[in-house]
Amino acid sequence: MAHANAHAVKRYSGIMDWLTTVDHKKIGILYLIAGGFFFLVGGLEAILIRVQLWAPQNDFVGADTYNELLTMHGTTMIFLAAMPLLFALMNAVVPLQIGARDVAFPFVNSLGFWTFLFGGVLLNISWLTGHVPDAGWTSYAPLAGTTYSTTHGVDYYVLGLQIAGIGTLVGGINFLVTIINMRAPGMTFMRMPLFTWTAFITSALILFAFPALTVGLAALMFDRLFEGNFFDPAAGGNAVLWEHIFWIFGHPEVYILILPAFGIISEVVSTFSRKRLFGYSSMVFATILIGFLGFMVWAHHMFTTGLGPVANALFSIATMLIAVPTGIKIFNWLFTMWGGSIKFTAANLFAVGFIPTFVMGGVTGVMLAAAPADFQYHDSYFVVAHFHYVIVGGLVLGIFAGLHYWWPKMFGRVLSESLGKWTFWTFFIGFHLTFFVQHFLGLMGMPRRIWQYLDGLGFNEMNMISTVGAFLMGLGTIFFLINVVVTSVKPKNAANDPWEDGRTLEWTIPSPPPEYNFAQTPLVRGYDAYWKEKMDGHKGMTPAEPIGPIHMPSPSILPFFMGVGLFIAGFGFMYSPDWGDVGFMKTGHLVGAIGLLITLGCMLLRSMIDDHGFHIEEEEILKDQGGKA
Amino acid sequence: MMKRWQIVKRLAPLTAFLVLVLAACGREDLSTLNPQGPVAEEQFGLMKLAITIMSIVVIVVFAISLYVIVRFRRRPGDKTIPKQVEGSHKLEIIWTVIPIILLIILGVPTVQSVFNLSKDYSKDPEAVKVIVTAHQYWWEFEYPELGIKTAQELVIPTGKTIAIQAKTADVLHSFWIPSLAGKIDTNPGGNINHMYFSAPKEGVYLGKCAELCGPSHGLMDFKVKAVNPDSFDRWSAAITEPVALPSDPAIAQAFESKCLVCHAVGEYGGPAFPNLTGIASRESVGGILVNVEEGEKQYKHEDTLYNNLYKWIKDPEAVKPGNGMSNQYDLTEEELKGITEYLSSLTLDFE
Amino acid sequence: MSAHTHADGHLPHEPEKATLEGRNKVLGFWLFLGGETVLFGTLFAAFLALRHQILDGPHPNHLFDLGLVALATGILLTSSLTSVFAIQAMHQQRTKSLINWLIITVILGAAFLALEIYEFSHYIHEGHKFNTSAFSTSFYTLVGFHGAHVAFGICWITLLIIQLSRKGLTVVTAPKVYVAGMYWHFIDVVWVFIFTVVYLMGKVG
Repeated sequence: MAHANAHAVKRYSGIMDWLTTVDHKKIGILYLIAGGFFFLVGGLEAILIRVQLWAPQNDFVGADTYNELLTMHGTTMIFLAAMPLLFALMNAVVPLQIGARDVAFPFVNSLGFWTFLFGGVLLNISWLTGHVPDAGWTSYAPLAGTTYSTTHGVDYYVLGLQIAGIGTLVGGINFLVTIINMRAPGMTFMRMPLFTWTAFITSALILFAFPALTVGLAALMFDRLFEGNFFDPAAGGNAVLWEHIFWIFGHPEVYILILPAFGIISEVVSTFSRKRLFGYSSMVFATILIGFLGFMVWAHHMFTTGLGPVANALFSIATMLIAVPTGIKIFNWLFTMWGGSIKFTAANLFAVGFIPTFVMGGVTGVMLAAAPADFQYHDSYFVVAHFHYVIVGGLVLGIFAGLHYWWPKMFGRVLSESLGKWTFWTFFIGFHLTFFVQHFLGLMGMPRRIWQYLDGLGFNEMNMISTVGAFLMGLGTIFFLINVVVTSVKPKNAANDPWEDGRTLEWTIPSPPPEYNFAQTPLVRGYDAYWKEKMDGHKGMTPAEPIGPIHMPSPSILPFFMGVGLFIAGFGFMYSPDWGDVGFMKTGHLVGAIGLLITLGCMLLRSMIDDHGFHIEEEEILKDQGGKA
Repeated sequence: MMKRWQIVKRLAPLTAFLVLVLAACGREDLSTLNPQGPVAEEQFGLMKLAITIMSIVVIVVFAISLYVIVRFRRRPGDKTIPKQVEGSHKLEIIWTVIPIILLIILGVPTVQSVFNLSKDYSKDPEAVKVIVTAHQYWWEFEYPELGIKTAQELVIPTGKTIAIQAKTADVLHSFWIPSLAGKIDTNPGGNINHMYFSAPKEGVYLGKCAELCGPSHGLMDFKVKAVNPDSFDRWSAAITEPVALPSDPAIAQAFESKCLVCHAVGEYGGPAFPNLTGIASRESVGGILVNVEEGEKQYKHEDTLYNNLYKWIKDPEAVKPGNGMSNQYDLTEEELKGITEYLSSLTLDFE
Repeated sequence: MSAHTHADGHLPHEPEKATLEGRNKVLGFWLFLGGETVLFGTLFAAFLALRHQILDGPHPNHLFDLGLVALATGILLTSSLTSVFAIQAMHQQRTKSLINWLIITVILGAAFLALEIYEFSHYIHEGHKFNTSAFSTSFYTLVGFHGAHVAFGICWITLLIIQLSRKGLTVVTAPKVYVAGMYWHFIDVVWVFIFTVVYLMGKVG
C-alpha cells in the first residue's frame, strides 16, 4: 500500500471501482441493486406461496417446501430487501441533505454493505443445498432447535442473519455520527429535512435493537451447534425466552422499516405540493416518540403465550398509544397538501397512495392491540393482512416513491413518468386485492402459515382473489424493472433540480453529484434550505468556505474480504458436525477459524496501515463547475 | 357544527351496516364473527367496538385525502407558489386529543376484558377440567377428575365452564376454537397456560392449531363437541368401559404388536399416542379426514369412516406429512382391512 | 489538512478530538458502547431467566470461589485504573509513560484472563460444562462473552502499543488510544455487574 507516497491518487475503474468503493453514493447504488435483487427473490417466493393457496388442499408444493417458502419470504423481504433498499436511499441522500461530503466512516459504510451481501448470499445458498430454514422468519424454539429442525436449514438462518446484521448495526452507527457531527454550517437539528430526521431516529433504533437479535441468534446457534441449552426445555431452557429476545428486537425492527418511509413521504408530498411540511416540529417530535414507544410494546406479539393479565393490559395500552403520534403524522401530511398546488408525478402517486393505505394498516394495528380480541386475531390471516398493509402498503410504496423521486439524483436520468404510473396502478390495485380479503379470511378462522386449507370452510374465493392480486403486484414490479432498463439508455442529462421545486440541499448540486458532492460546503440559513434561497431570489446556496483542495478517503478492498472471511466462517461452523476431524480439531471449526482470521487479519491491516486518502485539487473542481451550468 | 343527535343518526346506520356485514361472514362453527359462546361473544364485542372507532378514523382520513387530491390539484402550467403554512397549534391539539379520547374509549373495555378473560377456573368445583396436551400433529385431552384420556375430539357438556390447562409435549402449538373462545399457546416445560370457555348450544365446533409447528401445522384440526349434560355423563361412562380386542386372533395379534405399542384402547396399550377408544364415534380420523355417510362425500377430505381409517392407516405420511405414525409399522392387506374393520366398530353410545 | 504534527511540534490539548475524524471516532465509539450495553443487557436477562435451571450440575453455591473471583476483580479494576493513567499521560503528551501504562494494563488484563481460564477448567472438572444445563450454558455465554471482549481488548491495546512505538503520539493515533481506553472501562463496568449478578447472587441463591 502507498505508505511512502502519502498522497498518491489510487483510483480504480470498472469492477474494481465497485468492489473497493467507499463513496456513499456508489454504496447506495450497490445496496439498491442487491436489495432489488433480493426483493425479486422474496417476491418469487410470495408468488409460489399464493399459487399453493389459490385452491383448497392444493399440492403445488409439498408441506416442507411450503414452510421453507414462507420462512424465506419473510426473512428475505425484511432483512435482505426492505432494509437494504432503505439503506440505499439513506446512503444516496442523507449526506447530500446535510451538506456533507460523505458519511463519517466511509470504510465502515462499505463494510456494512459487503457483510449484508455475504450474509444474504449465505442465507439464500440454503436453497441450493436443500437445507432451507423452515421455522418461520420468527424461528421459534423448540421448533428451531436441533430436535425438531434436523437439517441445516435453521443454521443458515442463524448465521446468514448474524453476518447480515453486523452490516446493519455499523450502518446505524455511521448515520448517527454523520448526522450529529457533519451537518453544514447553519443546519441546526431543527433545520434538518424530515428524511434525515427519520434516518437519524431509525439509526438509533438499529443501534439499540440489533444487539438483542445478535444475542438471540448467538444463543440459538449455541443450542444448535454447540449443545447449548438456552431454549431446550429438557435441560431447563425456556422457549418463551426466545420469544422475548426475538421480539425485543423484532418490534423496533418494524419501526426501523417504516420511519424512513415516513421521511420519504414528508419530502415527496411537500415538494410536489409546493408547500413546506405542515407542523415540522410536531413531525419531529412524533418521530422521536414513535421510536421511543417502539421499545415498550414488544409483548403484543406474545399476548397468547400466557404472560398474565397485568402484562397483557399494560402492553395493550402502550401499543394503542403509538397510534397517537402516527395519527399526528397522517394529518400533518394531509394538511401539507391542503392549500397546496399538487402535481401527481409517479413519485407523488406512490406517496399519496401510501397515506390511506398505511392508515388502514395502522387501524388494524390498534385492533390487534386489544389483547382479548387478539386472542382471536393472533396467528390468523388477520395479522398477515395487517402487517402486509403497513409493510407493503406503507414501506414498499414509500420506497417506490423515494426511488422515483431521487432516481435522477442517483443516476442522472429521470424515470419514465408513464411507466411509473403503470407501475403504481398495477401494484396498488394488486396490493389491495391481495391483502384486503385476508382480513376476512383471518376473522373467519383461517390460521396463518398453513400449507393447505380444507374445502368447504368458505376460504376458497377469497384465497383465489388474493392470488390474482399477487400476480398483479408482480406485474407492477415488472413494469418498474422495464422502466429502469428503458431509462438506463436515455442520455444522462438530468438537471440539478429536475422537479424544479426542490426544497432541500441535494437539489443544489449536479445529478449525479461529483465525487465530492459539494464544491463548497453550503451555508444554511433556514429550514428547507434551498427553498429559502429560491424565495429570497438567489439562484443557489451561499458557500460557507472558499474553493480549495478536498480530502477524500481512499478506496479499499478490505471490506470485501472481511465479508468473505465471515462467509467462510459461517459455512465452517455450520457444517462442523458433518465434516469430520483434521488432527485434534473438527474440520468445520478449522475452516471457521480460517474465515475469522481472514476478517481479523483485514481489521489488523486497516489498523496498522494509515489511510492518508487523496486530494481533489482546485483545478479539477473548477473544471467540474465550468462543465455543468 | 352538527348537533349531537345528528351525529348519532349518522353513526348508527354505519355501525349497524358494519355489524351486519361482519356477522354475515363465516361459518357458525368456525368464524370469530359468529360467536357461539360467551367468551367469543365478549371478544367479538371488543372487535366491534374497535372496528367502529377505527372506521370513523379511516373515513375521516379518506374524506380529507379525497378532498385534498381533487381540490388542490395543480392546473397544467400553473406556476404560482401557494402560501407556505408552518402549522396550526389548534389543529395539532385537536388531532392529538381526539385520538387519545378514542383510545380511552377502546382501552377501558380492553383492560376490563383482559382481566375478565384471565380468570382461572381450574380450582372451581363446577367447572369441567380438561388438560390439553398438544403434539405434532394431534391433540390429547385428559379429564383428570373423570379419569378419561382421549384425543382429537373434546366432548363437553353445554352450559358448563370448561377449565383448560394447556401444554405441549414437543414444540409450540396454539389451541384455538374461533367460534367459542380465543386461543392459548401451548408451551413446553413448566409454562402451563390456562383458559376457559363454555358452549351454550349443542354442536360441533372446529378447532385449529395456531402456531407453526412443522409441515402438518395446517392439518392439525380438532373438534369441540358440545352435548347436553346428560349425554355428557353417558359419554364419560361409555368411554371408561372396557373395550374388547379384535375377535380374530391374527388381527388381534397384529393390532397388539403393531398398534398398541403406541396407542391405547380401553385398558390395553401405550399412552404415547392418540387413545383410540370410541374412535368410530368421532367426527374425523386423524383430526383432518372428516367422516360422512356413504354418498354424502362433498370434498376431498371427506369420506366414510371405514375409508378414512383405511386411508390413514395405510399411508399416514400421505395425509399428514411428518407425523409420528409414518413408517413405524408394516401391515399386510389382510391385517390392514381387519384392523380397519375393528376400529370402525369402536363406537360409543351416548347421544 | 495536515494530519501528523502540529506546526510547533506540540499536539493540541485533547489530541483525540483535534480532528473531525477523531471526534467522529469518539462519538461513534460511545454509540457502539450503547449497543454493547444492550447486548450485555440481553445476556444478563437470559442469565437471570435461566439461573435456577441447574439440573444435576453443581450448585453455584459450592462451585464459585469468591476469593479467586475477588482477586480477578481486583486485577481488572486495577487495569482500568492504569488505563486512566495512560490517558492522563497521553493528555500530558508523555508518550513513553503512555506506552508503559498501556503495557501494565495489558499484563493485568492477561492475568485476569489466565485466572478466568483456570477457573473455567476447574468448573469443567467439577461437572459444570457448557452443555450441562440451561444455567451452565447461560453462565458460560455471559461470562465467556465478557472474557472474549477482554481478550480482544488485550490484542487491540497491544497493537496500539506497537503503533505508538512506531509512529508516536499523533492526532491519528490519539483517537485510537482514547477509544481503546473507553472500551477497557466498559468491560470493567460489565465485570462489576457480572461479579454482582452471577457470583454474589449465585452464592446467596
